[in-house]
Amino acid sequence: MPEGNGTDGSRTRDRDPGLQPERTRLAWRRTTLACAVAASLAGRQTLHSGIDSVSLVVLALVVLAWLAFLALAHRRIRAMHAPRPPALSPRAAAAAVACTVALAALGAATLR
Amino acid sequence: MTDSSGPSEPSRHTGPRGDGRASALSDIRLWFAPERLREEGSTPDYRFSLANERTFLAWLRTAMALVGGGFAVDQFLPGTGRPLRIALALILLAAGALCALRAISHWVRCERAMRRGEDLPTSRFPIALGLAVGVVALLMVIVAAFGWGG
Repeated sequence: MPEGNGTDGSRTRDRDPGLQPERTRLAWRRTTLACAVAASLAGRQTLHSGIDSVSLVVLALVVLAWLAFLALAHRRIRAMHAPRPPALSPRAAAAAVACTVALAALGAATLR
Repeated sequence: MTDSSGPSEPSRHTGPRGDGRASALSDIRLWFAPERLREEGSTPDYRFSLANERTFLAWLRTAMALVGGGFAVDQFLPGTGRPLRIALALILLAAGALCALRAISHWVRCERAMRRGEDLPTSRFPIALGLAVGVVALLMVIVAAFGWGG
């Protein structure tokens, strides 16, 4: 039993043999990484035309969008520790989508 | 596999759902009202919900890759004519945003179908996205091969 630690009997009994929570946790990590790549490219984009007050504000918003996604992913990853994790809430899903759309919009605004 | 986590409750079908604009609007309202999603039908096996969540995340990654590709076009094809470069970047950014919005809409519809015990929704979006990405890729090959400085 890879996950059975002896002290937590219920957890061992309820362990999903398909490792669904673990796969979902890794999916959130992959998505956070993808978000980091997109955010770095967006940040590079804002500084492309030189550093002024507007580009700094946009850069701050890009970083904020990534941090928001990181926080969402972190919360969801922690929820995956439960033996039977609750379903994702539509609000969290909408927030994750909003981060992606925000990155696209911020990038589009800084195209030269 | 039926309900295994929540109290078993007969699934309440609210009648055949009208496909079209009205249901699209009610889908969007569901994004912000988790309690309304939970009112419908019965809670499916948590593994099904997690699989649906991973599919949502995969679509979100696709959206982020498209957004990143939009930035890459603008930053790494500097020799291309400005209108073409901006157009390609905007197409990819818009496709990314659209893909993200469609990801949550599909997730909500799948979640609700599972709660109601209905068939999962079908979609033409993957085909459309595939064709669009193919066209953009072809354009970029042409731009890279012939269009430098154009």
